[in-house]
Order: sequence, then structure tokens, then C-alpha cells
Amino acid sequence: MTMSEPVASEDRYTVLDAPPRRWRDVLMRWEVILVILLALTIIVNTIASPYFLDVFNLADATFNFSEKAIIALAMALLILVREIDLSVAAIVALAAMGVGYAAEAGFGPVSLFATGIGIGLLCGVFNGMLVSYFSLPSIVVTIGTMSLFRGLTQVILGDQAKTKYPPEFLDLGQSYFIKMKETGISWLFIPPVPLSFLIFLALAVLFGLILHRTAVGRQLFAMGSNPVAARFSGIPVAKLRFILFVVSGLLSGLAAVLLVARLGSVRSNIGVGWELDIVTMVILGGVSIAGGVGSILGVVLAVLVLGLLTFGMSLNNIPGQVVSVYIGALLIAVIAIPRIVERIRLRGTR
Amino acid sequence: MKALFNTRELVLALILIVGIAAISLYQPAFLSWGNVGDMLTETSVLFMMALAQMVVILTRGIDLSVAANLALSGMMAALVSQYYPETPLVLMILTGVLCGLVLGLINGALIAFLGIPPIVMTLGTLAVFRGMIIIIAGGDQVNASEMSAAFQVFPKRVFLGLTSPVWIAIAVSILFWIFLNFTRAGRGLYAVGGNPVAARYCGIDQRKQELLAYSISGAVAGLCGYLWVSRYGVAYSEIASGYELTVIAACVIGGVSIGGGIGTVPGTLLGALFLGIVMTALPVMQISPFWQMAISGAVILAAVVINARAERRPDKLILPEARRLRRV
Repeated sequence: MTMSEPVASEDRYTVLDAPPRRWRDVLMRWEVILVILLALTIIVNTIASPYFLDVFNLADATFNFSEKAIIALAMALLILVREIDLSVAAIVALAAMGVGYAAEAGFGPVSLFATGIGIGLLCGVFNGMLVSYFSLPSIVVTIGTMSLFRGLTQVILGDQAKTKYPPEFLDLGQSYFIKMKETGISWLFIPPVPLSFLIFLALAVLFGLILHRTAVGRQLFAMGSNPVAARFSGIPVAKLRFILFVVSGLLSGLAAVLLVARLGSVRSNIGVGWELDIVTMVILGGVSIAGGVGSILGVVLAVLVLGLLTFGMSLNNIPGQVVSVYIGALLIAVIAIPRIVERIRLRGTR
Repeated sequence: MKALFNTRELVLALILIVGIAAISLYQPAFLSWGNVGDMLTETSVLFMMALAQMVVILTRGIDLSVAANLALSGMMAALVSQYYPETPLVLMILTGVLCGLVLGLINGALIAFLGIPPIVMTLGTLAVFRGMIIIIAGGDQVNASEMSAAFQVFPKRVFLGLTSPVWIAIAVSILFWIFLNFTRAGRGLYAVGGNPVAARYCGIDQRKQELLAYSISGAVAGLCGYLWVSRYGVAYSEIASGYELTVIAACVIGGVSIGGGIGTVPGTLLGALFLGIVMTALPVMQISPFWQMAISGAVILAAVVINARAERRPDKLILPEARRLRRV
């Protein structure tokens, strides 16, 4: 028997060079759109209120979104690989309750952080086991664990509130971690930075490096684009998925500790509705719900856009739920407009 | 396949019967006509909302905006009753239904014709609808004293031993059953969710089916908005907050596959009934109502695990992902 010639044509196996970069491609990038949105937000708010561009006001504004933003980093990776974790806010509640009880038992700040993060980690392991090893759809599993975790918090905590915390713990959550320092030159100074925002920035750099500069990051993109092909390429899909849920739980636990330190009180309804805010941050950040597309830079920009937009509107006395109308509409518009543009362009070429 | 679905519903029904028997042994008053009637009235909104959500999930979608839609439509109906108390009751109810239908059409149009992922679209409209309530009502709430008498009396009216919301739920359930089993459009929903490519080759227009599904979901939410507001006698921006997840939970317990194409009317009704019983049985059993959420969470997880096992086929398992994909 003779070896037959390969039938496939040669160009099928030729990998073309990446097309040259064009200006339009750069301008149509999601991050660029977000930078423009961010600039618009800052300009409009500066015109609308003289109190907006104040270092201390801006630093205080970060308090309100940093905890959610920390969880959004983990959520971004989950959505990137076609999963979702709707139980994050319930994990926050359960971990916060644990911190409350631990503080009552006389734990110090370090052990309080360990308690919150530990509880979050366990919740994440539970989610990850159900999703990865039973291969169940994560949206259903995490709706279930959301009820379960929040329900346990309600059962244990009932209608009481935990309000006793060591002062040095509350100090971490309520004061600036880096104090304002003048250098003598009016525009050159070290801004005040709260601990939660600092942690968010550090984690964002870490997540950005992992996702965009390591092999694991490329594997996550591969999983999001095509899980089956990723599995056949030897990527440990189930293991990575499990780890992502654990990370999501862990960061939710961390966010819970920071939130408790800031509020100084825990009730069973702590963080209700956060999961939807966090998913909004991630989607506005350009992470595709269909998987395989997204960047950490986009998520960070979306966090800043949403945070500053909310802060600016509250400076102008716009009630919270009206703010949510703008944010909901922004989310839909930002997703819809590129699709409409694309449709019109396609119609032109046909 | 048909037999498989039937047994799954049978199992759920058996669990329910055993549960009810256990509760009534402990507390015989649970099975009294008055209590059963109360429980059905309390659950009637969940029955209808779960059926509507099932229709959306059948097409591989999800509608997270239903509770916000319910609140906004309920507010519209309440405002009509407040400012035009002379309006016939039918028109007030119709206001709620129409408002819900329009909101559902907005969801459906953008999802079907622009291809926006359903979870993103309805997450956005969830926030928009809730905020709209504040805007149209000027931040106020409509209290019972401001609603017209006819508006409030209707859901409390008893006919043949059952209240009117229960009768409406029965009628809606029958309509859904006929629609999903005996009409071309209803079967099309299963086809689109079960295998979109095959459905396309059969000449079924996926976009029309999606538009239909979200419109149905919206209209039912509107109807339930009226029932909710008139029954509890208050309309404000936070009513039914977080209810969308309860509705989805009822579907999941009832065996609706989140991957689309699988789900039946009786199953979904049983799922909703299950949650309804959990919610009403706890006070009867003298268990703290704080347990309610934890129990429904555990039940949802159990239901998903059991349903996944039922769907598992006996073929050799080389690649779990492949099976996952087939389902999701």
C-alpha cells in the first residue's frame, strides 16, 4: 500500500500573519470607548458640581465601590470562561456574619481577616465542587447556593445585628490607609487612599498579569472560546473552573471583611443585590457573556465609570434608584450601539 | 423520553404528597380547606410567573426583569385607580397587562433583533424598570386608602370556594398548557430551545419565537403586578424585590432545563407549589420563617443534582464538557 498524498489544500494549514493595525480597529476597541466614557463622566460631573474634583471627595467615593470591584475581578474571569457566580453577595453575608461572631469572641484584626476569607473560601469550594465535578450549569447552582448561604445567615443571625469590633479593625476600614502628603508643589502630592481601593488596585494588577501575561491566562481565554477544544488541547478545564469558583469565594470573603470594617455592623441583609451590580461592572467592562473575550483593564475602567457616575449623581442629589435607571440604560446602550453600527455597516456592503 | 419526563413529575408529586402528609400529621390544621385556599391564593402569582419564565427559558433565554416589570406594571395600575377611580376594573387590569406587555416587547425586540444576550438585556431593564417606578410616581407610594374599592376587592372575591387569583392562575395554566402542547408557535418554542439550527432548517423564525416568549413573560408579569398590588394594598418601588430568583427557582425545581428546550406545565406548577408549601408550612410547623430561604436553597440544589442525574445517559463518558455543551 502506498501512502496517499494529503488531499487537503495547502492554504488550509497556512496561518496568515495578523492583519496590519488600522486606526479604526484601535478606536473601536472596548477600552477606548470606556476611556471616552470615563472622560465624559469626569467632565460632565466637574461642570455639574464644584465638589466633584476634590481629592478627599474622590477618595471617599472609592469606599462605596471598592468592595464590589474586588469581587468583580473574580467575576470577570468566571464570565470569561462562560460561567457566572450569582452567590457572591450571599457569600459576603455569610462571611460578614462569621467576622461579626469572631469579633464578639475577641479576635484581633488579623484573625478577623482570616475568618472572613476562610469562610469565603469554603463557600467557593462548595460552588466549585457542584459546578466542576457534578458538571452542573453554574447559573442554577449559584442561584441555589445564593439562597442557601443567605438563608443560613438569616437562620443564624435572625433579626439581630453584630456591632462590636476592635477599634483598630474599624480603623482599617474607615480611615485612609495612605495619608495625604503635600510636597510643596500644589499639583504634586500623594493622594489619600483607602485600604479597600488599594487592595483593589493591587489585585487588578495581579489579575491583569495572570490573565494577559501567563499561560494560565491564555488557557482561560481558550476555555471561554471553546471548552471542548480546550479540553482536547490538554487544558485542565474542570480544575481551572473549580479554582475560579474558589477565587470568587475567597475575594467575596475579603470584600466582606472590608465591608464590615467600614460599616461596623452586620445584619442578615448585608450586601443584598450586589451580585447584579457586580455582573453589570463586568459586562460594561467588555467581558462577553458568551465567553472568550474581555480584559482586566476594561473591567477596571468600567468600575471607575460606574463609581464616578454614581458619586457624581449623588453629589447632585439624584436619588439612588434614578441613578440605577441611568446605569441600566448605559449598560444596554453600550452593548446595543456597537451592534446597531455593525448592522448598518453590513447593510452598506451588501 | 416522554416517559422520563412523566416519571420526574411523578417523583416531585410524590415528594410533595409525602411532605404534605408529614406536615398534616404534625399539624392537622394544615390540610384544612381554609389553609389550603390561603396557600393557593398566596402562591397563585408564583404559578403564573413561573410558567411565563419557563416559556423564556425554553428558548435558552432568561428574564431577570420580571419582578421589576411586575412592580412597574402594578404601580401603573395603582396610579390609574388613584387618579381615575371611575375607570371600570377590567380597564385597570388591562393597564397592568398592557404595560407589562410593552416592557416585555422592549426586552424581546432588543434580544431577538439585536442579539443582545438575554441575561445582559434583562439585567439592564431590571434596573431601568425599578427606577422608572420612582420617576413616574414621583418617589411616592400608592396606599390602600388611595386605591378604588373595586380595585382592591377583586382579588379577595371568593367563587366556588377559591379566590379570584386562584381561578386566574388555573385559567392561565390551562392556556399555557394548550399553547405549549397544541399550537404551532408553542411547539416552536421547544424547537428553538432544543436545537436552534434544526429549528432554522424547519423554517421556524427564531427571532419571532424569542419576541413572543418575552412578550408573554412581560404580559403575565403585568397581570401579576395588578394582583400583587391590589392584594397587598400598596404600590411602591421595592415590591417583589428579588422575586425573579424565586421564580427561576420554581422553574428549576419543576425540572425546566436552563439549557433550553426542556420543561412542562405540570412540572413547573409542581415546582411553584413546592416553594409555596415551604413558605406556608414553616409558620404552621412553628419553625422560624428565617429558615425559608435556606430550605429553598437546599431544595434547588437537590433538584438540580437529581435532574442532572436523570438526564445522564448511559454512554461512555470520555469528555464531560461535550455532554455539558449538549445540555447548555
